[in-house]
Amino acid sequence: MASLEVAKEVKKPKPLSTNSAVAYAVKDLDVDVVSAYPITPQTTVVEKIADFIANGELDAEMIHVESEHSALSAAIGAAATGARTFTATASQGLALMHEILHIASGMRMPIVMSVAMRALSAPISIWNDHSDVMNARDAGWIIYFVSSAQEAYDTIIQAFKLAEDPDILLPVMVAYDGYVMSHTIEPVITEDRDEVLKFAPKRPFPYRLDPDNPVTMGPIADPNWFYEIKYQQVMAMERALEKAREIDEEFRKTFGRGYGIYECFMCDDAEALIVAKTSYAATLKTILPKMWEKGYKVGLLRLRLYRPFPVEDFKNILDKVDAVLVIDRAISYGAPLQGPLAMEFSSLIVKEDLKLNLTSVVAGIGQRRMIDSDFENLVKLAWESRTKKYDRTIFYGVRL
Amino acid sequence: MSTKLYRSLFDFPREERFVSGHRLCAGCTIGPVMRLLTKIAGKDAIIVNATGCLEVSSTPYPYTSWRNPWIHVAFENAGAVASGVEAAIKMLKKKGMLNKDIKVIAIGGDGGTVDIGLQALSGMLERGHKVMYVLYDNEAYMNTGIQRSGATPYGAWTTTTPAGKVWRGEWRPKKDIDAIVAAHRVPYVATASPAYPIDLANKFKKALDYLEEGPTFVHVLIPCTTGWRFDPSLGIKLARLAVETGMWILYEIDHGTFRVTYPVKKRKPVKEYLKPQGRFRHLTEEEIEKIQKLVDQEVERINKIVGKEVIGPVA
Repeated sequence: MASLEVAKEVKKPKPLSTNSAVAYAVKDLDVDVVSAYPITPQTTVVEKIADFIANGELDAEMIHVESEHSALSAAIGAAATGARTFTATASQGLALMHEILHIASGMRMPIVMSVAMRALSAPISIWNDHSDVMNARDAGWIIYFVSSAQEAYDTIIQAFKLAEDPDILLPVMVAYDGYVMSHTIEPVITEDRDEVLKFAPKRPFPYRLDPDNPVTMGPIADPNWFYEIKYQQVMAMERALEKAREIDEEFRKTFGRGYGIYECFMCDDAEALIVAKTSYAATLKTILPKMWEKGYKVGLLRLRLYRPFPVEDFKNILDKVDAVLVIDRAISYGAPLQGPLAMEFSSLIVKEDLKLNLTSVVAGIGQRRMIDSDFENLVKLAWESRTKKYDRTIFYGVRL
Repeated sequence: MSTKLYRSLFDFPREERFVSGHRLCAGCTIGPVMRLLTKIAGKDAIIVNATGCLEVSSTPYPYTSWRNPWIHVAFENAGAVASGVEAAIKMLKKKGMLNKDIKVIAIGGDGGTVDIGLQALSGMLERGHKVMYVLYDNEAYMNTGIQRSGATPYGAWTTTTPAGKVWRGEWRPKKDIDAIVAAHRVPYVATASPAYPIDLANKFKKALDYLEEGPTFVHVLIPCTTGWRFDPSLGIKLARLAVETGMWILYEIDHGTFRVTYPVKKRKPVKEYLKPQGRFRHLTEEEIEKIQKLVDQEVERINKIVGKEVIGPVA
């Protein structure tokens, strides 16, 4: 990409972990209030932000709350008052926030939250999988999965622009792999604050708590009103799809980097696809070229914008292949397919009357090791599934 | 502190900011307390309300009784939401995005404050957010149907501490939330009653004036006609009897200095307070005597703190 070359010429990348990259984005967005509670592996996001504030590089109020429940509650209070507000969490913290997740979206609060994804207890595991975010997927938040530290930095900026758009006004989660991404260093280009703020100028909540224009927020809605208010959320979420696409396009024009709302890698002429996200998608991008040389024409559909789900785009992509293999890093116990994402693709296939085989694979639970040869196995499995049906979810790598 | 105190009801601001049309029960004593609170706070105050009777009754969408900016998020987090509002005001003012002094008032019931909201309240107090917290205490979960809370007094019938052959109503004493709040070393803690509006108003006023220094706390006893089971016309009378019997002592802790703001020379027997209330109807003479003893002990404790007899014996 020529524009990327240009950007690299002027800007020297910094060696940053994804957590640090998120903190840099928060600084460059001139966030006003940060409300967060420590939890592994999210902690270094907040530590880095604290450093920025302590050194005068960011002027923000940091609320050292006593729980994640209070972290998001305080974030709602701040956003409702008109502050640009950020929080971050993972795992048990996201689970403890669960009640308030729904309230944040129901009250249409433009809060942005990063999630360094981690398994949910029990047994307690501090390691990475996607149980936490999948458990929160129906809370009405816009959800991004990002695959690199650079994409995390860029997406936090896009997320604020999307959240604060008066036509959207929804909270946004930006999720990435705990440890595998949160604690590994990659080169990241950060932008000048002025440029970032020009791209994503602050748009305080339009109906904020203002004594000159008093509003009542969070009232009780009886059966005669509740449904319509929830349906407004449905419509806002639908609008968010095209808005997210536009914002990414504008980001590409401004900063020379763009991702779309999903990524299709080696999809031309592919006969089967693997659906993956975050670091697994990044790893697969290094595996697939080698596998094509061996005759496995398997492409990668990398999930980036997860809520709202890019239905039309995915339909057109799936329509061209004979098989799709969906990797889930969470378990939906007792469900028809135990991979929650596989179930969503399955319903897409039925809904759009597509003719292809779907294979559900659960892998990497609690950060069970997945190395190149494992991904090669999955590519082979995807290839085989063109002609072979796997009716049950495959729990890859589990000891039986 | 140079708080200018109110001397009579005629000193109160005339402006109405908590307006009629709300769905509070007939005879509920929260209404007049909120009316007074908002009058004293004035226009430039943001109100954060925990889930509870007041919240559901005053904001049935699309109506509202509040002329102040008002926000409700959930049950257990008024302290946290108020922290966020206060932090936002501070930073927006610093960055020139807001040019106004705005006070933050959090309001919660006893369940939302002493039980499920205690953690968020403690966090707010400990971090020193400049928020005035008003606890309206009707001594049970009235909004969900009179279940006991940590603030339910000894002997009281509730739907989860019924009086039967084995159970005789609530068997544990009321949680001392004011001491817990005071342990956070905040500039002002007070107990108050709707039956003493001048005392109540001055406590609200002090609590608002002291916000420059840190969080403040006012704990108001709210007789509940439906939950305490008394005639709706008796709310204020019961609030007064609570004070006159020593069941509810009006005091303030102003920068650590404890002062009883309404001394009672001769107490009435607790029986006079208990009798009109259905929640105490099951009590035997012996059980009433036990409550009398508990009150006597509490009065003795308070007098000891003050260093002299401010609350007298039962006449």
